[in-house]
Amino acid sequence: MAASLVSSTDLIRFLPVIILTVMGTALMVLDPVLHKRASYAFGHLSIAALLAGIGGAIYAFGDPGPAFGGMLVVDGFATFFQILVMAVGILAILPSYSFLARQEAETSEYHALLLFSIAGQCLMASANDLIVVFIGLEISSIASYVLAGYLRDDKRANESALKYFLLGSFATAFFLYGVAIVYGATGTLNLTAVHDAIVGQDQPLVIFLGLAAALMFVGLGFKVSAAPFQIWAPDVYQGAPTPVSAFLSAGPKAAAFAVFLRIFLTAFGPIGAAWEPLVWLAALLSMTVGNFAALLQTNVKRLLGYSSIAHAGYVLVALAARSEIGTAAVMFYLAGYAFMNVGAFAVVSHLSGKGEKHQNVEDLAGLGKTQPFTAAMFTIYLLSLIGVPLTAGFFGKFYIFKAALESHLVWLTVLGLLNSAVGAYYYLRILVTMYMHEPGEGASSVQPLAPSMRLALILPAAGTLVLGIFPSWLLEFASRSAALVK
Amino acid sequence: MNLLTLVLLVPLAGFLAALAIPRSAPQASRNFGMAVALATFLASLGLLIWFDRGVAGEQFTVDLPWISTPEIHFHVAVDGISLWLIILSTFLTPICMLISWNAIKDRVKEFFAFLLLLEFGLVGVFMAQDLFLFYVFWEVALVPMYFLIGIWGHDRRIYAAVKFFLYTMAGSVLMLTAIIYLYIKAQTFSYPVLLDMLSTGRLTFTSQEEILLFLAFFIAFAIKVPLFPLHTWLPDAHVEAPTAGSIMLASVMLKMGTYGILHFCLPLFPGAARQCASWIAVLAIIGILYGALVAMVQPDMKKLVAYSSVSHLGFVVLGIFSFTQMGLDGAVYQMLNHGISTGALFLLVGLLYERRHSLAIADYGGVATVAPWLATAFLITTLASIGLPMLNNFVGEFLVLQGTALANFTWAIWAAVGVIFAACYMLWLYQRVFYGETGEEVRRHVPDLRLREWAAIVPLLVMMVWMGVYSQSFLPPVSKATARVLDQTRINVPFRVGIQKGRAVVLEAHNGR
Repeated sequence: MAASLVSSTDLIRFLPVIILTVMGTALMVLDPVLHKRASYAFGHLSIAALLAGIGGAIYAFGDPGPAFGGMLVVDGFATFFQILVMAVGILAILPSYSFLARQEAETSEYHALLLFSIAGQCLMASANDLIVVFIGLEISSIASYVLAGYLRDDKRANESALKYFLLGSFATAFFLYGVAIVYGATGTLNLTAVHDAIVGQDQPLVIFLGLAAALMFVGLGFKVSAAPFQIWAPDVYQGAPTPVSAFLSAGPKAAAFAVFLRIFLTAFGPIGAAWEPLVWLAALLSMTVGNFAALLQTNVKRLLGYSSIAHAGYVLVALAARSEIGTAAVMFYLAGYAFMNVGAFAVVSHLSGKGEKHQNVEDLAGLGKTQPFTAAMFTIYLLSLIGVPLTAGFFGKFYIFKAALESHLVWLTVLGLLNSAVGAYYYLRILVTMYMHEPGEGASSVQPLAPSMRLALILPAAGTLVLGIFPSWLLEFASRSAALVK
Repeated sequence: MNLLTLVLLVPLAGFLAALAIPRSAPQASRNFGMAVALATFLASLGLLIWFDRGVAGEQFTVDLPWISTPEIHFHVAVDGISLWLIILSTFLTPICMLISWNAIKDRVKEFFAFLLLLEFGLVGVFMAQDLFLFYVFWEVALVPMYFLIGIWGHDRRIYAAVKFFLYTMAGSVLMLTAIIYLYIKAQTFSYPVLLDMLSTGRLTFTSQEEILLFLAFFIAFAIKVPLFPLHTWLPDAHVEAPTAGSIMLASVMLKMGTYGILHFCLPLFPGAARQCASWIAVLAIIGILYGALVAMVQPDMKKLVAYSSVSHLGFVVLGIFSFTQMGLDGAVYQMLNHGISTGALFLLVGLLYERRHSLAIADYGGVATVAPWLATAFLITTLASIGLPMLNNFVGEFLVLQGTALANFTWAIWAAVGVIFAACYMLWLYQRVFYGETGEEVRRHVPDLRLREWAAIVPLLVMMVWMGVYSQSFLPPVSKATARVLDQTRINVPFRVGIQKGRAVVLEAHNGR
């Protein structure tokens, strides 16, 4: 290796991760100074860090290319996902202000962990090497495990964190086995090199590579909460602090899907026909399990947990399409989903009250009367989750099923769309309770909306509607970037 | 921007502005809603004035790019069929507002805002020329109706609202699949372009493909119509909805289904449509007879009217699938007639309910003595509904039966039986409610029409007579448009159907194009 181990170009392409890590560490150092006196400053600083990170990502995108000898790559695809996970971070911090104040749990760790987790996800998004993927996955996951159990006196939060940790570690181990086998079969961990090696082999070691793909599929399937690896999701989302659930359901999931796409389309692209049935089945299972289980839920967070399984299923449909349009559809969907789902969790966070007591569907009774603004925002998110036109959710589904039909997955499309009709039922149930039931006694008391909470409700709604009415610009960017992942 | 987009955008702008009115001022919401609805109606009358009746094709076309990938256009236009349906929607919205003026006391602002959003969706459905845009409006119209039923409906409103939403949603996802499939095949959502590609042979389907696509569209529309046996959501939704909701649902929303069949299913998939015609006609006839028979035994007035809709809409479908000029004309005319007369029936039933707070026929009797004008209005509407000559339904039913008889005489016989049944259940209803002993409750609680109610019902009565006496004001543009639809159904069909000695026969077989 030459003397200049690290060039300035490398550092620029690594900029978002640097910013987030530095700021996360700085927050912990500042804790003694700021704590008690101005605890809201942690939130401000994290948002500033994330905005700077987004700026960094955009700046780095000005000069795209590989970094650190091809271990990282900055391209449209990476930048898209980096901006997405950082935006999710901002949207998750906004409801955290009121939430943490209410739980009297404002510390710097919360924000530092969030920033570290996002840094890991940024790394995943730009990883071009299986080891870097693994490192990013670990950084993101370990911070997430702690975040899930952040309210350490809360039994459910503890259960949530422990479950997430145990099952998550298993999943990462599976993933790592897969990585090892890939190395054994091809002699490299670089995704592009793996692709070339597979193409170069006269008779690819399909057994080994298939095994590796299957193991990685298990690991990543867990991270995106696809059936049959979904068991943890409802428990974790229910038990974790609500803003954290919002974050977990959108950020790590988006990053995991980014990795999913890169590994399966770039490295394992040549053996696509072999893994497609696997994804096909997982997609159908996830949609069906998620939607049908959600029908029976009474806790809103748990319901959103099951619904997120179903939504992972829709995204897998686009993955099964194995095409550029499919990749673009995944990207668009995850962006839209981030808005609507984080928004929905923000509503729950606003309503659940101290100790998060009011999380049941019945607690929303009469919300349309008592808190019309919050109810209206929730309505936008729910309509988007159902997939009603003029919302991001509709175009997301539309692009996904269009991609699937173009790849001749007719049955998966029909089953998926029928599934989304089933899904409409449980979202409607929330709407029914909000608007068609009278306010009950046990309902959450009306709380004034703090400015940060108001923003936390408005921003995702605006995003949902903008993507629902003018989706072209994002989809075009996604389509251009999707061409890079092959 | 032209007059047509104005008709579309005024209700939308009105909806958004209505949301800004404070809740504490319900009267302001009422006045504002009414003003917007009247402005929309006036604008739609402008369409009528400037519509060129000599032209069969689309008019007032606006075609703007909306989304670039995939290419989706904001492409709207009207032809002789959709023109009337748009005017029907804009005509009924102010009437619905009048009738809800005092009846709706809870959440007035939202109610009037949702009526405007509903109007936007409905008007949009009838003018969309881009399949994707059509789907968007189709779904948009669903949302306000769901809330109208669910929030302001009667006891079982929630069950009815959810059932209504899920039925429609299940149908429309199939339609969405078909729309995307068409796009992938033709690379366009534009309806005129699709038709052009079909007629020039640039777009062809295998027969299996065509049948499946046809069914995907048709089932979505048939749920909306509703065609037997997909009608089970309708009695629930109608009975539970508030009066204004029932009127909009019966008068306009059901027409989304029949309009869709006529405007999309037939021209896009003529071969499949003709192949399935006899099955569908049989279902339509079952619907006519079944709806009528079930209506006959209903103890509940609103349910009776709801089932009568199933029966009436059966005529419309039958007319469409007769594939004759008269049948199609009659079907379209029947769509409008049903909108006027069943709308009026729901309105009058709503007035009775407001007074006596009961929908059970048994709770009434002798209303004619205490409320003679109400009774007169109901009588005219009843007679119109059963197809008395000189009133509107007669013209439509006659044309449908004539067209059907040309296609298949047996069908016409069975359908005609339905007309007789209609007379039975409607006249029997009238007799039980308005004649006989005047009960104490009725005497005390049922006053005659008030001024505002006069203002709501008189326009409908005028239309019933006008459409019955002088159908020439309405039919020529319809015939031009239906003739074009009929012409399009001959494209790519390997045989041509004509009429000889009163029976439909294959005139010539040719091998496509």
